[in-house]
Amino acid sequence: MQLVLEKRAERSNTIALVSPLIAIGLTIVTMSILFAILGKNPILALGVYFIDPLTDSYSLQEIAVKATPLVMIGIGLSLCYLANVWNIGAEGQFLIGAVAGSWLAVKTQGTGAGYWVLPAMLVLSAAAGALYALIPAICKVRFGASEILTSLMLVYVADLFLDYMVRGPWRDPAGFNFPTTAEFDPVATVPVLIEGGRLHLGAIIALLVVAAATVLLGRTIKGFEIRVVGAAPRAARFGGFNSNQLILLTFAISGALAGLAGIIEVAGPVGHLQPGISPGYGFTAIIVAFLGRLNPIGILIAGLFLALTFIGGVSRHTVVLRARLRLSHSLSVSSDFPIAKGVPWGCLKRSFFRCSRHRRLCCSRPPANW
Amino acid sequence: MLAASTPLLLAATGELVTERAGVLNLGVEGMMIVGAACGFGGAWFTGSIIVGALCGIVAGTLLSLIFAMMTLGLAVNQVATGLALTILGVGLSGLIGAGFVGERITPAPHLYIPGLTDIPMVGRILFGEDAFVYLSLALVVAVWLFLYRTQAGLILRAAGDNHISAHALGYPVLRIRMFAVMFGGACAGLAGAYLPLAYTPFFIPGMTAGRGWIALALVVFSSWRPGRLVIGAYLFGAVTILQLHAQGLGLGIPSQFMSALPYLATVVVLVLISRARTGGSTAPAALGTVFVPDR
Repeated sequence: MQLVLEKRAERSNTIALVSPLIAIGLTIVTMSILFAILGKNPILALGVYFIDPLTDSYSLQEIAVKATPLVMIGIGLSLCYLANVWNIGAEGQFLIGAVAGSWLAVKTQGTGAGYWVLPAMLVLSAAAGALYALIPAICKVRFGASEILTSLMLVYVADLFLDYMVRGPWRDPAGFNFPTTAEFDPVATVPVLIEGGRLHLGAIIALLVVAAATVLLGRTIKGFEIRVVGAAPRAARFGGFNSNQLILLTFAISGALAGLAGIIEVAGPVGHLQPGISPGYGFTAIIVAFLGRLNPIGILIAGLFLALTFIGGVSRHTVVLRARLRLSHSLSVSSDFPIAKGVPWGCLKRSFFRCSRHRRLCCSRPPANW
Repeated sequence: MLAASTPLLLAATGELVTERAGVLNLGVEGMMIVGAACGFGGAWFTGSIIVGALCGIVAGTLLSLIFAMMTLGLAVNQVATGLALTILGVGLSGLIGAGFVGERITPAPHLYIPGLTDIPMVGRILFGEDAFVYLSLALVVAVWLFLYRTQAGLILRAAGDNHISAHALGYPVLRIRMFAVMFGGACAGLAGAYLPLAYTPFFIPGMTAGRGWIALALVVFSSWRPGRLVIGAYLFGAVTILQLHAQGLGLGIPSQFMSALPYLATVVVLVLISRARTGGSTAPAALGTVFVPDR
């Protein structure tokens, strides 16, 4: 097989726009094949997977809820990837942000603290996420250690740290020994936008982040520097851009956004800190960033699309059950509940919910999503 | 301790050859976990550890071929492809392994030589492990011989250090790299299969728990030399076992902190190694760069 590759004279805009669509098309083809192998009717399956969630308000809100962390993290990661540095530890920064914000929520619990609590939690989480992301960045610029490996290793550390906090110091005394903090006070909770719904303020914050990133990359010198350092490091050096400083900056921003996403998830849809708060958001966001071609608007669309695949893979009843019953660690049961919609999904769902302590990169949805 | 080190050593040996050929395959974790799922499946269906190991090897190789097709055939960015391969592998293993969770198999038998194995202290360590442990050590020796004592090994290193020169001399750079990537995939698949076949006789999703990434770090630690790889892998195995023992002793340190030790150790080692090497890199010069042959 001899393929000859030739350089294009210039970037093709058509290809840039079409290639994510090709990727999604290939995904659907792969999924159909997988479904066929599993003995399900692919057309029917794809309908349940992609179309059904779009037909009712609950699922639409749920898509926005799931897309919120994906988009926020994805935007941050895209800055790193544009600068050609590889932060793959967003999952860890997400968890550390969640822990840092929860600290305040736990400390102010029942003290009647005012409305400053939530904003303070958001700031705290962003700062913690940024600091946590700066560890691999500093190791990179100061010692030349591969940021890919260090940032990933810190994911496991963050995961274990969260596990320790909720099993030890912060465990809810009235929580029947479940590894979870007590339910956050209303002032420490991200408010929902529609009364009785699931859509919360985080979705607005995610949209603001998209807008800010668009301005940063398209309209500011810093954004230009980030892109040049990644695309043409030599030119950047001649231009006098400080690439080390840009590495630190992009890592700090992406860490801050991941941390922010972490506390929004905890103080929003989840409502308390517990292990397994993330079904691999930090890792899925890598796919979101690339599927969105590292472009803020593209990332918004890609985030919504991947959120759709999250929802499609899980019946809504099981989601509700999970939220209500706090059974983060024994969820393998829920797939056996007879009310679960989409029974043919049994095997996929089972793997989705089976959480081991060391489940990473996980949420074993059918891999075809990517 | 040897058993904890073996998957690291196997995966890192494969990755070392891949990187020596100039390809950075970050998909080790993904190939390992699929190797674990397929290896367990093979052993469970047939009852044979050897079939299981072969299934793991084949699965790892097939995944690495996807990587080779993308990065070598289509000149895609190796870092992004490797990451995607890992994510694909983790999802795929969950799907493959969904039916096996909760099942058990008889783990690979441990060697027993009357007399030798009974020697106090060292007997168990030297003569009482399972076959994979000795296989992994033999593999390192073989790789060392290949890289430094054969012409093919020299050509492979040439392709990794300067692909343009190697190409100009008429060596098929892309084909060499493809074989190196496949070898890396086979080793990672075997390393993954080792976990359910010998280390713990059952399969759980995500059971590789970052070992593929630690293997990648070990390659950096070893300065791309097989000999140092053995030292590194056994040091890491020792840390893993140490934290297990420390948890057993009940020192009053939270178990989560002890579990985090291997990961923290990786970060510290990477920093120290990278820092010590400011004088000049020992990495293959063309590592991670895309090569598109001109006609």
